[in-house]
Amino acid sequence: MLKTFQLGGIHPPENKLTAEKSIQKMAIPKVVYVPIAQNIGIPSEIIVAVKDTVEIGQLIAKSGGFVSSNIHSPVAGIVTKLDKIVDTSGYKKQCIVIRTDEKNLSNFEKIIYPLKTNIELSSTEILQRIADFGIVGLGGATFPSHVKLHINPDKKIEYLIINGVECEPYLTADHRLMLEKSAEIIVGIKILMSALQLKKAIIGIENNKKDAIALFKNLTQNESKIQVASLKVKYPQGSEKQLISALLKREVPKNGLPPDIGVIVHNVGTIFAIYEAVQHNKPLTERVVTVTGKNLKNPANFWVKIGTPISDLIKEVGGLPEGTRKIINGGPMMGKAIKNTDVPITKGTSGILVIAEEEASRKKTENCIRCGECVFVCPMGLEPHLLMSLAERGLFERALAEDVNSCIQCGSCSYVCPSNRPLLDYIRFGKNSVKNLTLIQN
Amino acid sequence: MTDSILNSVLLLTSLGIFAAVVLYIVSKKFYVYENPLIAEIDELLPAANCAGCGSPGCKAFAEKLVNTEDISALFCPVGGNKVMQLIAEKLGKTVAEKDPTVAVVRCQGSCEVRPKTTIYQGPDSCAISALIYSGETDCQYGCLSEGDCVKVCLFDAMYMDEITGLPVVITQKCTSCGLCVSACPRNIIEMRPRNKKDLKIFVGCLNEDKGGIAKKACALACIGCDKCVEVCPKDAIIMFNNLAYIDPVLCTLCRKCVPVCPTNSIVETNFPVKKEIPTPTLPEGKGVYPQLQKNQLEKNIKAINETVKKLKTDA
Repeated sequence: MLKTFQLGGIHPPENKLTAEKSIQKMAIPKVVYVPIAQNIGIPSEIIVAVKDTVEIGQLIAKSGGFVSSNIHSPVAGIVTKLDKIVDTSGYKKQCIVIRTDEKNLSNFEKIIYPLKTNIELSSTEILQRIADFGIVGLGGATFPSHVKLHINPDKKIEYLIINGVECEPYLTADHRLMLEKSAEIIVGIKILMSALQLKKAIIGIENNKKDAIALFKNLTQNESKIQVASLKVKYPQGSEKQLISALLKREVPKNGLPPDIGVIVHNVGTIFAIYEAVQHNKPLTERVVTVTGKNLKNPANFWVKIGTPISDLIKEVGGLPEGTRKIINGGPMMGKAIKNTDVPITKGTSGILVIAEEEASRKKTENCIRCGECVFVCPMGLEPHLLMSLAERGLFERALAEDVNSCIQCGSCSYVCPSNRPLLDYIRFGKNSVKNLTLIQN
Repeated sequence: MTDSILNSVLLLTSLGIFAAVVLYIVSKKFYVYENPLIAEIDELLPAANCAGCGSPGCKAFAEKLVNTEDISALFCPVGGNKVMQLIAEKLGKTVAEKDPTVAVVRCQGSCEVRPKTTIYQGPDSCAISALIYSGETDCQYGCLSEGDCVKVCLFDAMYMDEITGLPVVITQKCTSCGLCVSACPRNIIEMRPRNKKDLKIFVGCLNEDKGGIAKKACALACIGCDKCVEVCPKDAIIMFNNLAYIDPVLCTLCRKCVPVCPTNSIVETNFPVKKEIPTPTLPEGKGVYPQLQKNQLEKNIKAINETVKKLKTDA
């Protein structure tokens, strides 16, 4: 019996079209657009000016507060503009525009790093480096990693959980990374364990990635501290709270965080970024992105520089197919449709999904038939139909009482609704209004 | 037979009397005194319960008016000065006098001038549309055309124009309660002073982008060219973030800014069409006369000047 979380969950068609395709290196883009708001929390502060020459990995925007991160230049070149450009949110946001100097490729590009297993740095040095090199959670939420690792001393951490679940359909970025950089990821886990003096680590992988499970089981044969757990395929298992519930049967308290129950969770992509930062002095300037879609000529996985326009990636996979209706930043469940293809890749972009007319268009909304399907699948044990109607009628205080803030916005309710009701849209609206309401009240 | 009828009548009557006695005692015992003024003030108020005053309804506002010492900060926008004056007389307190206002929609981005670049299929709500992304067009400041303002209006004073896709305010019906102002996620609707003929001049755009980008997104966008600021005799126009704003307090409705705007962003309503001053064309045959007179005059002046010169040199 495979492990999984207790409450709710769905199993949408997996459609992992690119699972067999190894990660290709993207050509260095001619121009990169680096948004300064790439993490949850406070946007970074620009420290370069127009016409400045920047090196690869040079700090170009420094952390703007505690919950914020540094941003480094993904290419060597000249800052041409500090302008507002449409980002993944659909709104124009401040970006640093850098034109690549093609002759002056710095050493970062040419070196293929050898595996470095011995950890030389002390615990505080490791944590400092994670903060300095702008590591954020690469699973999609982009929560600054140094904040996650900054643990209150009176909380005792027992487990480090490595999130290799990748429950979103279509996406294979983490899967490929696990297959190709498995040894590095193991070193990355050891780095974090030594930094926080942890005794146990568990790598959680869903059962549809049997090759990755086998590989990690093989690699950790002699490691008593690192376990590999295979999980039943179920969405949204990649969510922090659901993964902890699946692996340890512990529940994160309401308004609490995983350290409250002695756990920290990191994505495999983040672990690899931490490995590179700590062992090879490399800031976070590139990530794995899956470019996929049923009608694409050759969907693939890429190592992409942060700030590369999505149009470059689409060109690389053979252009937009006829009848494309929607381009989604992220997976089909939690991703967001983008406004145009000039939108740059950020630290949180795990995939680009191109979908056609028949899949993209929404069906007509009918009345709620009180079937309770949304309540049944909600992994947080909420009542989505109720939250929606409360948000629709503007009863935000009651929505707060009904715990709208616990919603993880996984979209399972909208997925199963037989009346095609836009449950998640209204719940998001309710959550946002509740946030504004509490801001006003304080 | 008769017994049962009699019994039931007696029983019900006695029950009724008993209940009446109980109710009488209770109503005396638990009587709650309410200031009779509150009911009287409530009568005066428009009973729209729109919450435009800030209280959750007319009764609550009446209570507030009676119980507050200084009511100069309280105002019923629907009743206006007339109702507030009546209330002031009744309560013997002074009230503030406010100029009447009316809602104006500061966006002219109809389908014709502001091309759509994406399709929105989510719920019919501007608030949700604004939360998800920046709207169907490339303008992230303009109207989202889902009609949240029309839905909240209690007075049927707004409707969506199906051709332009923009909300329209029916000035006669607008009570300036301000519900639409707070419903709009883009802050497009503004309360501006209302005058007798309902003359208004305002900038019908909120686009803060630089000129070129704004113009690309919408043909009627304000491009921040400063021409209106230069021409305004009262310094009523403020340019901030590439966007002009006409201060309704300083503006004297002189209409000088309207023709200079290169993108027609400045809207004027209900003004009479400007009479074009015809260029004077003289009827044929008679046109020689004034010309002649002018020549004659010049000749005379010349002659006088020369004589003056001569006299001077002689002296």
